[in-house]
Amino acid sequence: MTERPLSGLDAVERGPLPSDPSAPAAPAPVEGQSDHPSVAALASRFGPAVQGHRLMAGDQTVVWIAPEKSLEILTWLKDDPAQQYDMMSDVTGVDYGSGRPIEVVYQMFSTVHKRALRLRCRLPLEALEIDSVAGLWHSANWLEREVYDLFGVTFKGHPDLRRILMPFDYAEGHPLRKDFPLRGRFSRAEQTRRALAQDVERFYGSQELAHGGPPQQVPARTEPEAEG
Amino acid sequence: MAERTIEVSVGRNPEMGVDGFPAASPMRPFDVPEPRLDTEEMLINIGPQHPATHGVLRLICELDGETVMSVTPDIGYLHSSFEKLGEYRTWNQIVPLTDRMDYLAPLIYNCAYVMAVEKLMGIEVTERCKVVRVICMELDRIFGHLLWLGTTAIDVGAFTPFLYAFQQRERIYTLHEALTGARITTSATRVGGMMADLPEGWVNELLDFLNTFPDTLHEIDSLLTRNQIHIGRTQGVGAIGAADAINYGLTGPNLRAAGVDYDVRKDRPYYDYETYDFDVPIGEHGDCYDRYLCRMEEMRQSVQILHQAIARLPGGPINVQDPNISLPSKTECMSDMESMIHHFKLITDGIPAPEGDCYMAIEGSKGELGMYVVAEEGSTKPVRWRIRPPSFVNLSTIAKLAEGHLVSDLIMINASLDIVLGEIDR
Repeated sequence: MTERPLSGLDAVERGPLPSDPSAPAAPAPVEGQSDHPSVAALASRFGPAVQGHRLMAGDQTVVWIAPEKSLEILTWLKDDPAQQYDMMSDVTGVDYGSGRPIEVVYQMFSTVHKRALRLRCRLPLEALEIDSVAGLWHSANWLEREVYDLFGVTFKGHPDLRRILMPFDYAEGHPLRKDFPLRGRFSRAEQTRRALAQDVERFYGSQELAHGGPPQQVPARTEPEAEG
Repeated sequence: MAERTIEVSVGRNPEMGVDGFPAASPMRPFDVPEPRLDTEEMLINIGPQHPATHGVLRLICELDGETVMSVTPDIGYLHSSFEKLGEYRTWNQIVPLTDRMDYLAPLIYNCAYVMAVEKLMGIEVTERCKVVRVICMELDRIFGHLLWLGTTAIDVGAFTPFLYAFQQRERIYTLHEALTGARITTSATRVGGMMADLPEGWVNELLDFLNTFPDTLHEIDSLLTRNQIHIGRTQGVGAIGAADAINYGLTGPNLRAAGVDYDVRKDRPYYDYETYDFDVPIGEHGDCYDRYLCRMEEMRQSVQILHQAIARLPGGPINVQDPNISLPSKTECMSDMESMIHHFKLITDGIPAPEGDCYMAIEGSKGELGMYVVAEEGSTKPVRWRIRPPSFVNLSTIAKLAEGHLVSDLIMINASLDIVLGEIDR
């Protein structure tokens, strides 16, 4: 008897590949001074939690921060009068593949100082967790849900962490991971079988159905009183 | 950055009375005492297949009578995993994916994507290409706003502006077709330039459009701006304050209607937008009516920008003169050995990128459109290609905007956000 070949479900249950220390590192911060006023302020205030910075694409400053301190740093960047990054343009993830850490990327803009800043946070595959910033910027709510959906990063403290683009009962994993095959983890036959087995009612979750209470009774119709 | 002057007022019409209705109108709203009814909360599903949701959007509404208690949007019905597909394609092969996201303003997406890639690679496009791309983007801003205008007017019961707007859109379709060969899926840009230069006589056709379009816009304006029904359905509906609008991530006309002076063309200028003379309309109430006024004015300003761009359109090549980036011409390819090798390398390998990432934000027709590309050293395909979707973030505010309004207002609020589901679901 040969060993049973791995099915799509095994890949889901096995979970993400562990970090591979031998893989070449993703773009790393460089030493040196930065013209961006937020970089020096961040380094002097948070010290080792700010892991470095680098100038990308000519004029875009990227700062790497430690995920444990991310909420503290982002709160300060939003509230400090010299920073005031009041607009969270984008929250997204980057997976470099071959076991390297998944990065969460924040694109921020200050409408007061007219300044942009990009923060990147490295999360090892064993601990894909970071604090949610949806309480600071409402715009992060859906953006973090998308990162959770497509990369499997858990945002701690998020008010409503559900899948957003994929179906809520999607069982094949997180599609934007590098170890996710383009056509999905399940075979075409399995995908078809699951599609045909769907129940129309499943599109209302039990939570949604509880919204309206028990089915409503139509009250008996009463004739309006004749006006005299 | 040039100091900004806002000369255009899009505030309330002075001929309106204080109650927001035309002072001279014989029609007045009258109060009907609300009947006392015992109502229960009710769960109503709108969409995903419903014309008023402007795409395959599903809204789960919790209602008390006709009042919306909460809205939960459900998206993802049109998810095509463009970002995943992009990781399997070379830089230039991604361009056709971009115009399938926002098929209402495809040229803006074509331009935004290649701008991000060019910035990542440090490619400086030619002067002619810059102006041509500005023309493309401003033309499609009108294109996108016209569709919004027509469909939104239908949602509040005005059918005529829809016909007027689509007549004008048809003319832009024709311009698209002459420029790119396609009416919707334009795929007009390439890294380092355009698919082709402007065809002969195209600028004159564009000028012809620009000279007659403002008259139609004025006609639509006269049908809606002081129309009592339109005012009644839009003023005070779905209002949001300036600080909230920023915090909720609204961008584009939706943000500016709330009184926030943020336009990517002015605040983070690209392609010499600081040298064009145009105004950014700012609203004050943040409601559906101000969003309408902002978009109407933006179309007029786009016409101004287009006139200026045509006047300064320089000659010279449209593509970067670098054989490692731009494809050689067919004649060169068939007669010159070296050109053929370059052609072969570009088609089979693609353009190598340096290590790094780049976030390019531009002012799309729906808001701040960001393209984020990540590359490793020498990679001819992106490690990650991310679209910062303006409609996606704008739509996430609908729960706040619609709370406490009537169901019919929910339709208007949804329309006024100007969403396109192809880009929300990607």
